Amino acid sequence: MWTFIHKLGSPPWFFRFSGTLVRWLLPITVTLLLVGAIWGLLVAPPDFRQGNSYRIIYIHVPAAVVALAGYYLMAFAGAVSLIWRIKMADVTMRASAPVGAILTAIALVTGAIWGKPTWGTWWIWDARITSMLILLFLYLGVVALFEAYENKTAAARACAVLSLVGMVNIPIIYKSVDWWYSLHQPASIKFSGESAIDSSMLYPLLLMIVAFYFLFTVTLLLNMRAELVWTHRESGWLKQLVGDS
Amino acid sequence: MPSDRPLLSLRAAFLRQFLRNGRGIMRRPADVANPLLFFFMVITLFPLGLGPDPIRLATLAPGILWVVALLASLMVSAKLFASDFEDGSLEQLALAPYPLAVTALAEVCAHWLATGFLLALASPIFGVMLGLPNEGLLTLLVSLLLGTICLTLIGALGSALTVNIRRGGLLLSLLIIPLNVPVLIFGTAAVREAVQGGNPESWLALLGGLALGSLVVVPLAIGPALRVSLDS
Repeated sequence: MWTFIHKLGSPPWFFRFSGTLVRWLLPITVTLLLVGAIWGLLVAPPDFRQGNSYRIIYIHVPAAVVALAGYYLMAFAGAVSLIWRIKMADVTMRASAPVGAILTAIALVTGAIWGKPTWGTWWIWDARITSMLILLFLYLGVVALFEAYENKTAAARACAVLSLVGMVNIPIIYKSVDWWYSLHQPASIKFSGESAIDSSMLYPLLLMIVAFYFLFTVTLLLNMRAELVWTHRESGWLKQLVGDS
Repeated sequence: MPSDRPLLSLRAAFLRQFLRNGRGIMRRPADVANPLLFFFMVITLFPLGLGPDPIRLATLAPGILWVVALLASLMVSAKLFASDFEDGSLEQLALAPYPLAVTALAEVCAHWLATGFLLALASPIFGVMLGLPNEGLLTLLVSLLLGTICLTLIGALGSALTVNIRRGGLLLSLLIIPLNVPVLIFGTAAVREAVQGGNPESWLALLGGLALGSLVVVPLAIGPALRVSLDS
Protein backbone atom coordinates (compact mmCIF):
# COMPACT_ATOMS: atom_id res chain seq x y z
CA MET A 1 0.00 0.00 0.00
CA TRP A 2 2.83 2.37 0.80
CA THR A 3 4.30 1.67 -2.61
CA PHE A 4 1.03 2.75 -4.13
CA ILE A 5 1.06 6.02 -2.19
CA HIS A 6 4.69 6.55 -3.14
CA LYS A 7 3.84 6.08 -6.79
CA LEU A 8 1.11 8.70 -6.53
CA GLY A 9 3.87 11.20 -5.86
CA SER A 10 5.20 10.84 -9.37
CA PRO A 11 3.49 13.14 -11.89
CA PRO A 12 3.58 10.78 -14.88
CA TRP A 13 2.22 7.85 -12.85
CA PHE A 14 -0.43 10.00 -11.22
CA PHE A 15 -1.47 11.41 -14.57
CA ARG A 16 -2.03 7.96 -16.03
CA PHE A 17 -3.77 6.69 -12.89
CA SER A 18 -6.03 9.72 -12.59
CA GLY A 19 -6.98 9.39 -16.25
CA THR A 20 -8.32 5.89 -15.64
CA LEU A 21 -9.94 7.02 -12.38
CA VAL A 22 -11.74 9.93 -14.02
CA ARG A 23 -12.97 7.73 -16.83
CA TRP A 24 -14.71 5.54 -14.20
CA LEU A 25 -15.76 8.24 -11.74
CA LEU A 26 -17.33 10.64 -14.19
CA PRO A 27 -20.25 8.42 -15.21
CA ILE A 28 -20.76 7.34 -11.58
CA THR A 29 -20.85 10.99 -10.50
CA VAL A 30 -23.31 11.97 -13.19
CA THR A 31 -25.55 9.02 -12.33
CA LEU A 32 -25.50 9.77 -8.62
CA LEU A 33 -26.21 13.45 -9.23
CA LEU A 34 -29.09 12.71 -11.57
CA VAL A 35 -30.66 10.08 -9.33
CA GLY A 36 -30.24 12.24 -6.24
CA ALA A 37 -31.55 15.36 -7.94
CA ILE A 38 -34.60 13.68 -9.39
CA TRP A 39 -35.33 11.89 -6.12
CA GLY A 40 -34.92 15.03 -4.05
CA LEU A 41 -36.38 17.60 -6.39
CA LEU A 42 -39.30 15.59 -7.72
CA VAL A 43 -40.02 12.43 -5.77
CA ALA A 44 -39.58 13.38 -2.12
CA PRO A 45 -42.73 14.74 -0.46
CA PRO A 46 -43.22 18.49 0.07
CA ASP A 47 -42.43 19.85 3.51
CA PHE A 48 -45.22 20.51 6.00
CA ARG A 49 -44.09 24.07 6.70
CA GLN A 50 -42.13 25.17 3.66
CA GLY A 51 -43.94 23.38 0.87
CA ASN A 52 -41.76 22.82 -2.13
CA SER A 53 -39.23 25.59 -1.53
CA TYR A 54 -37.28 23.42 0.90
CA ARG A 55 -36.05 21.30 -2.02
CA ILE A 56 -33.04 23.50 -2.57
CA ILE A 57 -31.68 21.79 0.54
CA TYR A 58 -30.62 18.99 -1.80
CA ILE A 59 -28.04 21.31 -3.34
CA HIS A 60 -27.40 23.67 -0.47
CA VAL A 61 -26.48 21.17 2.25
CA PRO A 62 -24.25 18.90 0.15
CA ALA A 63 -22.38 21.91 -1.22
CA ALA A 64 -21.79 23.23 2.30
CA VAL A 65 -20.69 19.84 3.67
CA VAL A 66 -18.25 19.18 0.83
CA ALA A 67 -16.93 22.75 0.94
CA LEU A 68 -15.97 22.29 4.58
CA ALA A 69 -14.48 18.85 3.94
CA GLY A 70 -12.59 20.30 1.00
CA TYR A 71 -10.89 22.83 3.24
CA TYR A 72 -9.63 20.04 5.47
CA LEU A 73 -8.38 18.18 2.43
CA MET A 74 -6.57 21.31 1.28
CA ALA A 75 -4.99 21.85 4.68
CA PHE A 76 -4.01 18.19 4.93
CA ALA A 77 -2.41 18.30 1.49
CA GLY A 78 -0.60 21.47 2.55
CA ALA A 79 0.71 19.73 5.66
CA VAL A 80 1.95 16.77 3.60
CA SER A 81 3.67 19.12 1.20
CA LEU A 82 5.35 21.06 4.01
CA ILE A 83 6.52 18.00 5.94
CA TRP A 84 7.57 15.65 3.16
CA ARG A 85 8.11 18.16 0.33
CA ILE A 86 5.97 16.11 -2.05
CA LYS A 87 5.16 18.11 -5.16
CA MET A 88 1.92 16.26 -5.84
CA ALA A 89 0.62 17.33 -2.46
CA ASP A 90 1.28 20.92 -3.57
CA VAL A 91 -0.72 20.29 -6.72
CA THR A 92 -3.59 18.77 -4.71
CA MET A 93 -3.72 21.77 -2.43
CA ARG A 94 -3.63 24.30 -5.25
CA ALA A 95 -6.27 22.46 -7.21
CA SER A 96 -8.70 22.07 -4.32
CA ALA A 97 -8.72 25.77 -3.37
CA PRO A 98 -10.80 27.11 -6.28
CA VAL A 99 -13.10 24.05 -6.26
CA GLY A 100 -13.80 24.51 -2.56
CA ALA A 101 -14.30 28.25 -2.99
CA ILE A 102 -16.89 27.73 -5.71
CA LEU A 103 -18.73 25.12 -3.66
CA THR A 104 -18.86 27.56 -0.74
CA ALA A 105 -20.22 30.23 -3.05
CA ILE A 106 -22.85 27.78 -4.32
CA ALA A 107 -23.84 27.03 -0.73
CA LEU A 108 -24.16 30.74 0.04
CA VAL A 109 -26.13 31.58 -3.10
CA THR A 110 -28.50 28.63 -2.73
CA GLY A 111 -28.90 29.58 0.90
CA ALA A 112 -29.91 33.07 -0.15
CA ILE A 113 -32.34 31.70 -2.73
CA TRP A 114 -33.78 29.48 -0.02
CA GLY A 115 -34.02 32.37 2.38
CA LYS A 116 -36.12 34.61 0.18
CA PRO A 117 -39.34 32.57 0.18
CA THR A 118 -38.78 31.13 3.66
CA TRP A 119 -37.70 34.16 5.69
CA GLY A 120 -38.64 36.93 3.30
CA THR A 121 -35.08 38.16 2.98
CA TRP A 122 -32.12 37.32 0.74
CA TRP A 123 -29.58 37.50 3.48
CA ILE A 124 -29.67 36.90 7.20
CA TRP A 125 -26.81 36.97 9.66
CA ASP A 126 -27.39 33.63 11.30
CA ALA A 127 -24.64 31.37 12.62
CA ARG A 128 -24.39 28.93 9.74
CA ILE A 129 -24.50 31.49 6.94
CA THR A 130 -21.92 33.68 8.65
CA SER A 131 -19.63 30.70 9.22
CA MET A 132 -19.94 29.77 5.55
CA LEU A 133 -19.10 33.33 4.59
CA ILE A 134 -15.93 33.24 6.67
CA LEU A 135 -15.04 29.90 5.09
CA LEU A 136 -15.37 31.59 1.70
CA PHE A 137 -12.98 34.32 2.84
CA LEU A 138 -10.51 31.70 4.04
CA TYR A 139 -10.62 29.96 0.67
CA LEU A 140 -10.29 33.22 -1.26
CA GLY A 141 -7.36 34.18 0.93
CA VAL A 142 -5.51 31.02 -0.06
CA VAL A 143 -6.25 31.62 -3.73
CA ALA A 144 -5.19 35.28 -3.50
CA LEU A 145 -1.97 34.40 -1.67
CA PHE A 146 -1.06 31.90 -4.34
CA GLU A 147 -1.65 34.38 -7.13
CA ALA A 148 0.37 37.09 -5.35
CA TYR A 149 3.65 35.17 -5.24
CA GLU A 150 5.70 35.00 -8.42
CA ASN A 151 7.81 32.05 -7.34
CA LYS A 152 5.20 29.31 -7.40
CA THR A 153 7.13 26.89 -5.18
CA ALA A 154 7.29 29.49 -2.46
CA ALA A 155 3.65 30.32 -3.17
CA ALA A 156 2.62 26.72 -2.50
CA ARG A 157 4.49 26.65 0.79
CA ALA A 158 2.97 29.96 1.89
CA CYS A 159 -0.51 28.65 1.04
CA ALA A 160 0.23 25.47 2.99
CA VAL A 161 1.08 27.51 6.09
CA LEU A 162 -2.01 29.68 5.67
CA SER A 163 -4.39 26.76 5.13
CA LEU A 164 -2.97 24.95 8.16
CA VAL A 165 -3.52 28.00 10.36
CA GLY A 166 -7.02 28.29 8.88
CA MET A 167 -7.72 24.64 9.62
CA VAL A 168 -6.80 25.09 13.28
CA ASN A 169 -8.99 28.17 13.36
CA ILE A 170 -12.11 26.72 11.74
CA PRO A 171 -13.49 24.99 14.86
CA ILE A 172 -12.80 28.13 16.88
CA ILE A 173 -14.49 30.33 14.29
CA TYR A 174 -17.53 28.06 14.02
CA LYS A 175 -18.00 27.87 17.77
CA SER A 176 -17.52 31.59 18.31
CA VAL A 177 -19.98 32.48 15.52
CA ASP A 178 -22.44 30.02 17.08
CA TRP A 179 -22.17 31.75 20.45
CA TRP A 180 -22.30 35.17 18.77
CA TYR A 181 -25.56 34.23 17.11
CA SER A 182 -27.12 32.79 20.25
CA LEU A 183 -26.33 36.06 22.04
CA HIS A 184 -27.97 38.19 19.40
CA GLN A 185 -30.74 35.92 18.20
CA PRO A 186 -33.56 38.17 17.03
CA ALA A 187 -36.81 37.14 18.68
CA SER A 188 -38.88 37.31 15.51
CA ILE A 189 -37.11 34.77 13.37
CA LYS A 190 -37.17 31.22 14.61
CA PHE A 191 -35.72 29.40 11.66
CA SER A 192 -33.81 26.54 13.18
CA GLY A 193 -36.77 24.25 13.80
CA GLU A 194 -34.37 21.36 14.13
CA SER A 195 -37.25 18.99 13.68
CA ALA A 196 -36.17 15.44 13.01
CA ILE A 197 -35.95 15.08 9.26
CA ASP A 198 -38.17 12.39 7.84
CA SER A 199 -36.43 9.46 6.20
CA SER A 200 -38.20 10.13 2.91
CA MET A 201 -36.30 13.41 2.80
CA LEU A 202 -33.16 12.20 4.54
CA TYR A 203 -32.18 9.47 2.08
CA PRO A 204 -32.12 11.66 -1.02
CA LEU A 205 -30.15 14.21 0.99
CA LEU A 206 -27.55 11.63 1.95
CA LEU A 207 -27.40 10.45 -1.62
CA MET A 208 -26.81 14.00 -2.84
CA ILE A 209 -24.08 14.46 -0.24
CA VAL A 210 -22.33 11.35 -1.54
CA ALA A 211 -22.88 12.56 -5.10
CA PHE A 212 -21.28 15.92 -4.25
CA TYR A 213 -18.27 14.17 -2.72
CA PHE A 214 -17.85 12.30 -6.00
CA LEU A 215 -18.31 15.58 -7.88
CA PHE A 216 -15.61 17.22 -5.79
CA THR A 217 -13.24 14.33 -6.40
CA VAL A 218 -13.77 14.33 -10.14
CA THR A 219 -13.42 18.11 -10.38
CA LEU A 220 -10.32 18.01 -8.22
CA LEU A 221 -8.73 15.30 -10.36
CA LEU A 222 -9.51 17.16 -13.56
CA ASN A 223 -8.08 20.35 -12.08
CA MET A 224 -4.94 18.54 -10.94
CA ARG A 225 -4.50 17.02 -14.39
CA ALA A 226 -4.83 20.47 -15.93
CA GLU A 227 -2.16 21.82 -13.53
CA LEU A 228 0.17 18.94 -14.38
CA VAL A 229 -0.33 19.45 -18.10
CA TRP A 230 0.58 23.13 -17.74
CA THR A 231 3.56 22.62 -15.42
CA HIS A 232 5.03 19.74 -17.37
CA ARG A 233 4.11 20.93 -20.85
CA GLU A 234 7.72 20.72 -22.02
CA SER A 235 8.49 17.32 -20.55
CA GLY A 236 8.96 14.17 -22.57
CA TRP A 237 6.54 11.91 -20.76
CA LEU A 238 3.63 14.26 -21.34
CA LYS A 239 4.40 14.77 -25.00
CA GLN A 240 4.63 11.03 -25.45
CA LEU A 241 1.37 10.46 -23.61
CA VAL A 242 -0.52 13.09 -25.59
CA GLY A 243 1.05 11.91 -28.82
CA ASP A 244 -0.09 8.35 -28.10
CA SER A 245 -3.76 9.19 -27.47
CA MET B 1 33.15 21.53 21.14
CA PRO B 2 32.66 25.05 22.47
CA SER B 3 32.43 26.49 18.96
CA ASP B 4 29.42 24.26 18.15
CA ARG B 5 27.19 26.03 20.65
CA PRO B 6 25.57 29.35 19.80
CA LEU B 7 27.15 32.24 21.62
CA LEU B 8 24.02 33.22 23.51
CA SER B 9 21.49 31.23 25.48
CA LEU B 10 18.01 31.21 23.97
CA ARG B 11 16.75 33.59 26.62
CA ALA B 12 19.59 36.00 25.95
CA ALA B 13 18.95 35.84 22.23
CA PHE B 14 15.24 36.52 22.78
CA LEU B 15 16.00 39.52 25.03
CA ARG B 16 18.55 40.91 22.63
CA GLN B 17 16.15 40.73 19.69
CA PHE B 18 13.38 42.22 21.82
CA LEU B 19 15.52 45.14 22.97
CA ARG B 20 16.90 45.73 19.49
CA ASN B 21 13.41 46.00 18.01
CA GLY B 22 12.22 48.02 20.98
CA ARG B 23 15.00 50.54 20.54
CA GLY B 24 14.26 50.75 16.83
CA ILE B 25 10.62 51.48 17.53
CA MET B 26 11.47 54.12 20.10
CA ARG B 27 13.63 55.87 17.52
CA ARG B 28 10.52 56.28 15.37
CA PRO B 29 7.87 57.76 17.65
CA ALA B 30 5.62 58.39 14.66
CA ASP B 31 5.18 54.64 14.30
CA VAL B 32 3.79 54.57 17.81
CA ALA B 33 1.68 57.70 17.61
CA ASN B 34 0.13 57.12 14.20
CA PRO B 35 -1.89 54.03 15.06
CA LEU B 36 -3.27 55.76 18.15
CA LEU B 37 -4.20 58.80 16.09
CA PHE B 38 -5.82 56.53 13.52
CA PHE B 39 -7.82 54.88 16.29
CA PHE B 40 -8.88 58.27 17.60
CA MET B 41 -9.91 59.68 14.26
CA VAL B 42 -11.81 56.66 13.03
CA ILE B 43 -13.71 56.53 16.33
CA THR B 44 -14.74 60.10 15.59
CA LEU B 45 -16.09 59.08 12.20
CA PHE B 46 -18.74 56.88 13.74
CA PRO B 47 -20.77 59.55 15.52
CA LEU B 48 -20.43 61.64 12.38
CA GLY B 49 -21.78 58.80 10.31
CA LEU B 50 -24.38 57.40 12.67
CA GLY B 51 -25.65 60.57 14.32
CA PRO B 52 -24.85 61.93 17.78
CA ASP B 53 -27.66 60.19 19.65
CA PRO B 54 -25.83 59.12 22.82
CA ILE B 55 -28.07 56.14 23.54
CA ARG B 56 -27.54 54.63 20.12
CA LEU B 57 -23.81 55.30 20.28
CA ALA B 58 -23.61 53.71 23.72
CA THR B 59 -25.33 50.58 22.38
CA LEU B 60 -22.98 50.38 19.44
CA ALA B 61 -19.86 51.42 21.36
CA PRO B 62 -18.41 47.98 22.16
CA GLY B 63 -18.61 46.90 18.54
CA ILE B 64 -17.27 50.19 17.19
CA LEU B 65 -14.32 50.25 19.57
CA TRP B 66 -13.37 46.67 18.85
CA VAL B 67 -13.72 46.92 15.07
CA VAL B 68 -11.61 50.06 14.96
CA ALA B 69 -9.00 48.44 17.21
CA LEU B 70 -8.93 45.51 14.79
CA LEU B 71 -8.45 47.83 11.82
CA ALA B 72 -5.69 49.75 13.59
CA SER B 73 -3.97 46.47 14.38
CA LEU B 74 -4.24 45.44 10.71
CA MET B 75 -2.70 48.71 9.68
CA VAL B 76 0.36 48.34 11.86
CA SER B 77 0.82 44.66 11.08
CA ALA B 78 1.79 45.49 7.53
CA LYS B 79 4.92 47.20 8.79
CA LEU B 80 5.93 44.57 11.31
CA PHE B 81 8.61 42.69 9.42
CA ALA B 82 8.97 45.15 6.58
CA SER B 83 11.90 47.19 7.85
CA ASP B 84 13.83 44.11 8.95
CA PHE B 85 13.16 42.51 5.60
CA GLU B 86 14.39 45.51 3.66
CA ASP B 87 17.67 46.00 5.45
CA GLY B 88 18.54 42.31 5.35
CA SER B 89 18.47 41.65 9.08
CA LEU B 90 15.59 39.21 8.62
CA GLU B 91 17.82 37.05 6.49
CA GLN B 92 20.52 37.15 9.15
CA LEU B 93 17.91 36.19 11.71
CA ALA B 94 16.91 33.20 9.61
CA LEU B 95 20.53 32.11 9.32
CA ALA B 96 21.22 32.51 13.02
CA PRO B 97 21.45 29.37 15.17
CA TYR B 98 18.37 30.37 17.16
CA PRO B 99 14.90 29.13 16.23
CA LEU B 100 13.24 31.70 14.02
CA ALA B 101 9.98 31.17 15.93
CA VAL B 102 11.60 32.49 19.12
CA THR B 103 13.36 35.49 17.59
CA ALA B 104 10.27 36.39 15.58
CA LEU B 105 8.23 36.17 18.80
CA ALA B 106 10.67 38.63 20.40
CA GLU B 107 10.03 41.02 17.55
CA VAL B 108 6.27 40.60 17.87
CA CYS B 109 6.43 41.24 21.63
CA ALA B 110 8.29 44.51 21.12
CA HIS B 111 5.79 45.47 18.44
CA TRP B 112 2.82 44.65 20.67
CA LEU B 113 4.13 46.79 23.50
CA ALA B 114 4.34 49.74 21.14
CA THR B 115 0.98 49.27 19.45
CA GLY B 116 -1.67 46.93 20.86
CA PHE B 117 -0.71 47.48 24.48
CA LEU B 118 -0.93 51.26 24.20
CA LEU B 119 -4.16 50.98 22.22
CA ALA B 120 -5.70 48.91 25.00
CA LEU B 121 -4.55 51.36 27.67
CA ALA B 122 -6.00 54.31 25.72
CA SER B 123 -9.28 52.62 24.91
CA PRO B 124 -11.26 53.65 28.01
CA ILE B 125 -10.89 57.29 26.95
CA PHE B 126 -12.51 56.54 23.62
CA GLY B 127 -15.08 54.39 25.36
CA VAL B 128 -16.13 57.41 27.40
CA MET B 129 -16.27 59.49 24.23
CA LEU B 130 -18.71 57.03 22.70
CA GLY B 131 -20.78 56.95 25.83
CA LEU B 132 -19.83 53.46 26.98
CA PRO B 133 -21.16 53.06 30.53
CA ASN B 134 -18.58 52.99 33.31
CA GLU B 135 -19.16 49.33 34.04
CA GLY B 136 -17.79 48.47 30.63
CA LEU B 137 -14.58 50.46 30.69
CA LEU B 138 -12.37 48.13 32.69
CA THR B 139 -13.62 45.12 30.75
CA LEU B 140 -12.92 47.01 27.55
CA LEU B 141 -9.35 47.57 28.63
CA VAL B 142 -8.75 43.98 29.70
CA SER B 143 -10.46 42.51 26.67
CA LEU B 144 -8.36 44.69 24.39
CA LEU B 145 -5.18 43.80 26.25
CA LEU B 146 -5.82 40.11 25.70
CA GLY B 147 -7.33 40.59 22.27
CA THR B 148 -4.50 42.70 20.87
CA ILE B 149 -2.08 39.92 21.80
CA CYS B 150 -4.01 37.63 19.45
CA LEU B 151 -4.48 40.33 16.82
CA THR B 152 -0.78 41.23 16.83
CA LEU B 153 0.29 37.61 16.55
CA ILE B 154 -2.10 36.82 13.73
CA GLY B 155 -1.15 40.09 12.03
CA ALA B 156 2.49 39.09 12.34
CA LEU B 157 1.70 35.83 10.57
CA GLY B 158 0.02 37.75 7.78
CA SER B 159 2.95 40.12 7.58
CA ALA B 160 5.37 37.19 7.43
CA LEU B 161 3.46 35.71 4.49
CA THR B 162 3.14 38.95 2.53
CA VAL B 163 6.32 40.89 3.31
CA ASN B 164 7.90 40.04 -0.04
CA ILE B 165 4.83 40.83 -2.12
CA ARG B 166 4.23 44.11 -3.84
CA ARG B 167 1.25 45.90 -2.28
CA GLY B 168 1.07 43.11 0.23
CA GLY B 169 -0.77 45.30 2.72
CA LEU B 170 -4.18 44.78 1.17
CA LEU B 171 -3.63 41.06 0.73
CA LEU B 172 -2.60 40.91 4.37
CA SER B 173 -5.97 42.31 5.40
CA LEU B 174 -7.77 39.74 3.26
CA LEU B 175 -5.82 36.92 4.86
CA ILE B 176 -6.06 38.09 8.43
CA ILE B 177 -9.63 39.25 8.86
CA PRO B 178 -11.25 35.77 8.88
CA LEU B 179 -8.75 34.58 11.46
CA ASN B 180 -9.52 37.57 13.70
CA VAL B 181 -13.27 36.92 13.84
CA PRO B 182 -13.28 34.83 17.07
CA VAL B 183 -11.24 37.48 18.90
CA LEU B 184 -13.69 40.16 17.82
CA ILE B 185 -16.70 38.08 18.87
CA PHE B 186 -15.34 37.23 22.31
CA GLY B 187 -14.07 40.75 22.94
CA THR B 188 -17.33 42.49 22.13
CA ALA B 189 -19.32 39.85 24.02
CA ALA B 190 -17.21 40.51 27.12
CA VAL B 191 -17.74 44.27 26.99
CA ARG B 192 -21.44 43.92 26.29
CA GLU B 193 -21.82 41.48 29.17
CA ALA B 194 -20.13 43.94 31.52
CA VAL B 195 -22.29 46.84 30.31
CA GLN B 196 -25.44 44.82 30.99
CA GLY B 197 -24.26 44.25 34.55
CA GLY B 198 -23.30 40.61 34.11
CA ASN B 199 -19.99 38.90 34.72
CA PRO B 200 -17.65 39.02 31.74
CA GLU B 201 -15.20 36.54 33.23
CA SER B 202 -16.13 33.64 30.97
CA TRP B 203 -15.62 35.69 27.82
CA LEU B 204 -12.38 37.12 29.14
CA ALA B 205 -11.25 33.60 29.99
CA LEU B 206 -11.95 32.57 26.39
CA LEU B 207 -9.96 35.56 25.18
CA GLY B 208 -7.16 34.62 27.53
CA GLY B 209 -7.22 31.10 26.16
CA LEU B 210 -7.00 32.41 22.62
CA ALA B 211 -4.13 34.68 23.61
CA LEU B 212 -2.13 31.93 25.28
CA GLY B 213 -2.86 29.51 22.47
CA SER B 214 -1.75 32.05 19.88
CA LEU B 215 1.43 32.76 21.82
CA VAL B 216 2.37 29.11 21.57
CA VAL B 217 1.09 28.14 18.14
CA VAL B 218 1.36 31.19 15.89
CA PRO B 219 5.15 31.71 16.21
CA LEU B 220 5.55 28.12 14.99
CA ALA B 221 3.80 29.21 11.80
CA ILE B 222 5.56 32.58 11.58
CA GLY B 223 8.95 30.85 11.30
CA PRO B 224 8.19 28.87 8.12
CA ALA B 225 6.20 31.80 6.74
CA LEU B 226 9.25 34.07 7.08
CA ARG B 227 11.44 31.48 5.43
CA VAL B 228 9.00 31.20 2.54
CA SER B 229 9.06 34.97 2.05
CA LEU B 230 12.85 35.03 2.20
CA ASP B 231 13.11 32.21 -0.30
CA SER B 232 10.74 33.63 -2.87
